[in-house]
Amino acid sequence: MTATETHIPARAERPVGLPAPSRAADGRPGVPLPRLVTVELRKMIDTKAGLWLLLIMSAVSAIVVTVFLIWGPAVEATFGTLLTLASFPLLVLLPILGIMSATSEWSQRTGLVTFTLEPRRGRAITAKVIASLILGLVVTASGFAAAAIANVIGASTSDASGAWDVTWQTALGVTLAFAIFVLQGLAFGFLFLNTPFAIVASLVLPTVWSIASGLVSSIETASRWLDLNQVTEPLLNGTMTGENWGQLGTSFGVWVLLPLAVGSWRVLHREVK
Amino acid sequence: MWSATWEGRLATMITVENLTKRYGSFSAVDDISFEVRPGSVVGFLGPNGAGKSTAMRMMTGLTPATSGRATVLGKAYRDLHNPGRQVGVMLDASAQHPGRTGREVLRLAAIQIGVPRSRVDEALALVGLTDEEAGRRVRNYSLGMRQRLGLASALLGQPEVLILDEPANGLDPQGIHWMRGLLRGFADGGGTVLLSSHLLHEVQVIADDLVMIGRGRIVARGTKDELLSRGGTTVRSSDDRGLRAALDRAGVTVTQTPAGLVVDAESGVVGRVALDERIVLLELRSGGSEGLEEMFLSLTASTSREGTAA
Repeated sequence: MTATETHIPARAERPVGLPAPSRAADGRPGVPLPRLVTVELRKMIDTKAGLWLLLIMSAVSAIVVTVFLIWGPAVEATFGTLLTLASFPLLVLLPILGIMSATSEWSQRTGLVTFTLEPRRGRAITAKVIASLILGLVVTASGFAAAAIANVIGASTSDASGAWDVTWQTALGVTLAFAIFVLQGLAFGFLFLNTPFAIVASLVLPTVWSIASGLVSSIETASRWLDLNQVTEPLLNGTMTGENWGQLGTSFGVWVLLPLAVGSWRVLHREVK
Repeated sequence: MWSATWEGRLATMITVENLTKRYGSFSAVDDISFEVRPGSVVGFLGPNGAGKSTAMRMMTGLTPATSGRATVLGKAYRDLHNPGRQVGVMLDASAQHPGRTGREVLRLAAIQIGVPRSRVDEALALVGLTDEEAGRRVRNYSLGMRQRLGLASALLGQPEVLILDEPANGLDPQGIHWMRGLLRGFADGGGTVLLSSHLLHEVQVIADDLVMIGRGRIVARGTKDELLSRGGTTVRSSDDRGLRAALDRAGVTVTQTPAGLVVDAESGVVGRVALDERIVLLELRSGGSEGLEEMFLSLTASTSREGTAA
């Protein structure tokens, strides 16, 4: 938090509440981005809802991993398997933190304060994107750590394999997948500006698309390029080919960049009430 | 360039020019213009739904204006550098995340505008929120506590200008008295305040200037004294009926109010008529709250939604 204290102009003590005689009023408009990112990051985890979501995510991951270690096939209990198991609940729930970051400004009306302290809303959007990515990275890192600890415990207390079978491609892929899904949550949040709508849409729409493409053969080819769940599979397995990257890029464009662009436009132009 | 202006060369702290907001064919704010002088407290008055909040949201860049413009400290709000340090804004005290503690709300603002953490405690003390109350989640706050939190948030950056929408809402009479003292002290220290209210008596005591609006249009504006004297002379006598008849004969307009007769003439004229009629005066004064209240009601009655202003 020391960074936040570097912009205070030196001035004599004055009675509280009275206006200060001078201040750093010159300079470009806008609050420095690092401070905005700090605030947005903090806002994602300082509410009851945010805190509980993080706790639930961690708890579900821990339970899934523990259950697998106790009752799962020992030979499959490797770092890679545990990482996949630990990541799954995180990947499903993390976007909700992104959604709430975007929508609470409108549904809880905190935007009245956020956008008066930073009237250039584009900077607030940028700060939210960066903050979501940072949180995504932290959650990914804790997923890796949890899986590693579980792997060590499993190997030393039971006949679990305990193999360290995660390639750098998989590690990178998992990290990237986290970033993609948290951004998708944020983008859907901006798009709908309404928490339940955005959560339902971000969970249901891709699933409906997956089911539809499985049933209707004519859109099956298209779905290989436009189904975020499908295209992130090779990413999580560390088996990306050139075509896979193209498919990932296309899906990312449709499911993340497009809603992010439309949503940002909405945030920039909407009346804050 | 700007440093020269805060030394006192800025003639107005807030300037509103022909500000208009239309929603379809409905004009929420219709061509309003006024100025707020440095060091003054301006009461922005009007019945509910008159357009006060919309106007204030336009001043702070939250609502795009259909036409016209507003500047704060000589700039459009969105061009202000770190506005939290220059303008304290509270537009709706209930617009806070219910799951955050009061102290956390202020901490977030302190980080964003770049003031030390100690300012959070100072601001809390300033608005009279205890440590225990600051640690509670906003969900459990009364409206009065939310107002205090909102004021603390507005004062956090030691701004020069305060823009407050209905700050007295939800405060008990003691709280309203306290808030008046706080804002008066802020203005006496060189600060400038624009505060809205739908209750005249809430702002009458502390306001230097008044801007009254109804149905989006300005119906009266000026210094409080000016508007007060326009309220005529209030008189009570031993024989109000006789005095009224005499004043009628003298050709001045007289209105009967619960507080006495309100006469559209100077107090000297009324006194002379009473002397001629040998009527004993019990009270004789220029303007007064009843006069202004009367004016407020009559000005807004024709434009308010309910027909009569609350």
